[in-house]
Amino acid sequence: MPVIRFDNVTKVYPLPAGDVVALAGIDLDIEEGEFILVMGPSGSGKSTLLNIMGSLDVPTSGEVTIAGKQISRMTDDELTLMRRDHIGFVFQQFNLIPLLSVVENVEYPLILRGRKSGSRERAEEVLRSVGITETHFTHKPGELSGGQQQRAAIARALVNSPDFLLCDEPTGNLDTKTGTAIMDLIAQMNREEGKTVVTVTHDPRMTAYADRTIQLVDGRVV
Amino acid sequence: MTFFDLARRNVSRHWLRSTLAVIGIVIGVIAIASMGILGNSIGLMFEEMVTDVGDTIVVYPASGSGTMAFTERQVSDITRAAGSNRVIPFASTFDTVTVGETKSGAMIYAIPAGDIPFLLDKEAGTYPRDTGAGCMIGSKLAENSKTTGLKLGARIKIGSDTLRVTGVLTERGMGFDINPDYAIVVPYRWYSNHYDKDEYDQVIVKVRNINDLDAVREAIEEKMNRREDVVNVMDTKAILESIFEAADSITVFLMGIGAISLIVAGVSILNVMMMSVTERIREIGVLRSIGTRRNEVMRMFIYEALILGIVGALIGGVLSFCTGYLMTAVLVGSPDYLYNIKSILYIVFGMAFGIVTSAASGLYPAWKAAHLNPIQALRHE
Repeated sequence: MPVIRFDNVTKVYPLPAGDVVALAGIDLDIEEGEFILVMGPSGSGKSTLLNIMGSLDVPTSGEVTIAGKQISRMTDDELTLMRRDHIGFVFQQFNLIPLLSVVENVEYPLILRGRKSGSRERAEEVLRSVGITETHFTHKPGELSGGQQQRAAIARALVNSPDFLLCDEPTGNLDTKTGTAIMDLIAQMNREEGKTVVTVTHDPRMTAYADRTIQLVDGRVV
Repeated sequence: MTFFDLARRNVSRHWLRSTLAVIGIVIGVIAIASMGILGNSIGLMFEEMVTDVGDTIVVYPASGSGTMAFTERQVSDITRAAGSNRVIPFASTFDTVTVGETKSGAMIYAIPAGDIPFLLDKEAGTYPRDTGAGCMIGSKLAENSKTTGLKLGARIKIGSDTLRVTGVLTERGMGFDINPDYAIVVPYRWYSNHYDKDEYDQVIVKVRNINDLDAVREAIEEKMNRREDVVNVMDTKAILESIFEAADSITVFLMGIGAISLIVAGVSILNVMMMSVTERIREIGVLRSIGTRRNEVMRMFIYEALILGIVGALIGGVLSFCTGYLMTAVLVGSPDYLYNIKSILYIVFGMAFGIVTSAASGLYPAWKAAHLNPIQALRHE
């Protein structure tokens, strides 16, 4: 069974000037262990696709199945638990919580799941696996370089063992060298741990990492 | 690390802002508690000043009735109406008294000698007799007249007559009937001879059983005011009640002022919380997108408001105790009023009110944070 299935998904935003069709009948299957790239010009519906895949939004029509669950009629709390337990988010802006230290940021999703004992050890283990040195664990995110922050963010996304990683321009705020290192890290998680990865990007160099590239134009897969 | 911890960290991240909000609550709690204590102390002060605790009926001529004073006949009518309760008529005047070389003015109460022991307690000496030329002096008068020599055994000249001080009265405090602390008490017979008068100004009825108070009062009114209002009757119970009512409304009024300042503090917490939400919109978006539920976000912000409220209330509580001490000591004259259970309760009430106000002020911002759209919040710059 695919990790993510889109079945004739449309998303329409009603605006006073007329309806805007962001997604116009998307059919999509993403299998376990795949590395998928989503590309397309601005306004092609990439963000909408990402939001729906990330259970941040629900489709206007059609059905989305994530980890075996249909999300169309989920309540806000059910969608939130879906994100917490099945999806690992990696953002362009890293988006670590500035109030928390690096290791606490990674620990946070574990605590949301109500895990108390061993959560610190698990967070440290994941941090080490993404290449953060122990001396940085107790630093605040702002004290780290962009590349290190993105590594910590990837650790946070991985800590709850999600069904897939959802990356939104993960290298968009990084220089080429650091960006490549981050892509290598994501690819490594995909190859070695078999983690399913969906990455939205503008960067054509990334196609080299992907098993498959989905091109979106005007809300359709081409 | 919990939501409480996150809230605590956010409070300390903006320590200046948080401190200002806490100061608002502190002021509010102090205002409410100290106003309550002040009002309560005023009430206690009244209570202490009033010696009779409601067993006294005072009968006096009704204003506008033409009756200026009571004749012997009227007094005996009242006595009959009062049944077995003791009826004490008295007259009062103000006159110049001479002790040694010193002349001064003094209040003089004239009471039938036999009744004096039933109305007034003596501190020293003996009660005067109806036949002798003796008198008693109030305790405060005795205390204040050490230099003039007005003391037990001294001789007082009133007009051409001389009286000997046979006794000193115990301090009585403020009463509704007579206030003898600064006065001279003489036997009525001497007064009657000296001033050539045979009428009484007022009549005091001491009611033995407090439950009979209303019945006795009605009996006197019925007997005396048959055709027209000749007498007015007041009982101390009613007066006490109205005084305590007045003290209570003073307390409520003062606490109202305190409550207003606490509400102002609540608005400042609301403001701080709104700021906290607005500047963290993106952070809230992140928290929501990685799986924090609405009620968890809400909890986090309510904790934040609660921390401000509880810290403010605790500091405010301690400071109210100090302020209460100062206020009762300086304004009312006795810090003992602070250790009254009611005064302490006002501090607790002020603190509780402070915490509740803070939590209430945090509700809307917390709700707002919880109901942000995570997609828009994430995009917020």
